[in-house]
Amino acid sequence: MAGLELISDQGLRNDGRRADELRGINCRLGVLKQADGSAYLEQGQTCVLAAVYGPHEVNRTRSIEDRAVINCQYTTAAFSQTERRATDSRSQQLSLQLQRTLEACVLTGLYPRSQIDVFVQTLQSDGATYAASVNAAALALVDAAVPLRDSVAACSVTYADGEPLLDSSYLEESGRAPSLTVAILPCTERVVLVDSGSRFHMDHLDGLVDSAVRGCRAVHQVLDTKVRQHVAATSQLINRW
Amino acid sequence: MNSINITMLKYDDDMNNINDKLENIDEKMVDSRTVVTPGEVITDEDGYMRGHGTSAESEDVQATVAGHVERTNRLICVRPISRRYTGEVGDVIVGRVVEVGQKRWKIDTNSRTLSNLMLSAVNLPGGELRRRSAEDELMMRSYLEEGDLISAEVQTIYTDGTLCLHTRSLKYGKLGQGLLVKVPANLVTRRKTHTHNLTCGATVILGNNGFIWLGATPTNEEGGFVQNIEPVSQTIREAVCRLRNCVVALANQNSPLYDTILIYSYEESGRWSIKELLQPANQKTLLSLTMHRLDMEMS
Repeated sequence: MAGLELISDQGLRNDGRRADELRGINCRLGVLKQADGSAYLEQGQTCVLAAVYGPHEVNRTRSIEDRAVINCQYTTAAFSQTERRATDSRSQQLSLQLQRTLEACVLTGLYPRSQIDVFVQTLQSDGATYAASVNAAALALVDAAVPLRDSVAACSVTYADGEPLLDSSYLEESGRAPSLTVAILPCTERVVLVDSGSRFHMDHLDGLVDSAVRGCRAVHQVLDTKVRQHVAATSQLINRW
Repeated sequence: MNSINITMLKYDDDMNNINDKLENIDEKMVDSRTVVTPGEVITDEDGYMRGHGTSAESEDVQATVAGHVERTNRLICVRPISRRYTGEVGDVIVGRVVEVGQKRWKIDTNSRTLSNLMLSAVNLPGGELRRRSAEDELMMRSYLEEGDLISAEVQTIYTDGTLCLHTRSLKYGKLGQGLLVKVPANLVTRRKTHTHNLTCGATVILGNNGFIWLGATPTNEEGGFVQNIEPVSQTIREAVCRLRNCVVALANQNSPLYDTILIYSYEESGRWSIKELLQPANQKTLLSLTMHRLDMEMS
């Protein structure tokens, strides 16, 4: 799209945000009664549903002696984008990536010879879908009471006109500007994932990662509050008598 | 009378002194009942033992799950809201037989692994002290086979969390005609008894693992592996169905489940038909009526 400005002279983006502003985050935990843990997350117009089953028994061939196996399946709904697509070619690769990200935060050593299933599906895709999936998976793990070393928070950033734009929308990601997704462990401030599908100069890397980490911290703050509210609300009756 | 009153007062004073001393032992660094999230530091004081839900990896006590902090003297635990069952010795559970193995049955109890019911932990017909022979092993399927529902008690817990069950009592054994309701395990509160024979003719077994069995009250206290296949009357069937809908209504709204709340909600549910109890609006009203009754009783 020729002449499309991602950020105007006044410093406003296409949807009216500033460069370092995140989209509104809404989430609900425990939306699927049949799963051990589940979460529905909205980041702007991006909607993701995550479900966690386990830890549970697994047959010997697939189990590991001293820790749990994390089995991730990341799918994109066919109706999630403007054009209907049956499969997303990157699904398998993203599933593996999600597995590695979660392995950094789940205390798998506590459950030898078991398996934890994490299913994430993107229902509506408006940019930063992978970051939203990581956030949703983390919420679902917390809802399932799976012991975590630390929570995970992810954020995407796009580099346009010399400015890093946090929490990119589909419009910003689909252009020629390079995008980056970063996930961190918030409390220990360790970066567990840096993923990019585009090319950019090495000099920009540090700045981009730094701003993405700032975005992750902000995301974590919001999600943390939601988790606390959820815990307080669901245990209200149990603690009453 | 006066002398008795003075003695009672002195007892209260002593108790107050003891309580004061207990509170002064540890500085209140950790407030019970605060909500923590994974990775959050509960306290960085020395000398605290790390219980469930805390991590042993770092120097300070960090939470690994989201839940309430429970501090008992020097032990800090975090109790999450978990749908899965983590067992404790002595719990009453309801489970379904999944596998018949060598000298043991594998039972599905909504825990992280399948639970074990050893052949030596059941009452075999012919006396309790009989030694388990090879024929008993071959006859295992005639006692319990895949798909059977049993009630049992947790005997031990292995280090990896697998539960070892036993049915060495007449109150446990194969469950006959009835309904199984699965609820989140944390909603079933721990009480002295978990098997309740209600006046409406139904029996409720509130398994600690979140499996709740509702059935007709057995006329004979056989236990074991004998199944009662006599037809159950219409009124008792309706009572069991109504109870089941009450349990589902309470569980959907995260209410704790125990005998009193179940009986009250059963009585309050009389104003709706059994089918109407499944509607969310009616379920909400049922819960508020039950809560009101419980509050009135408490005050």
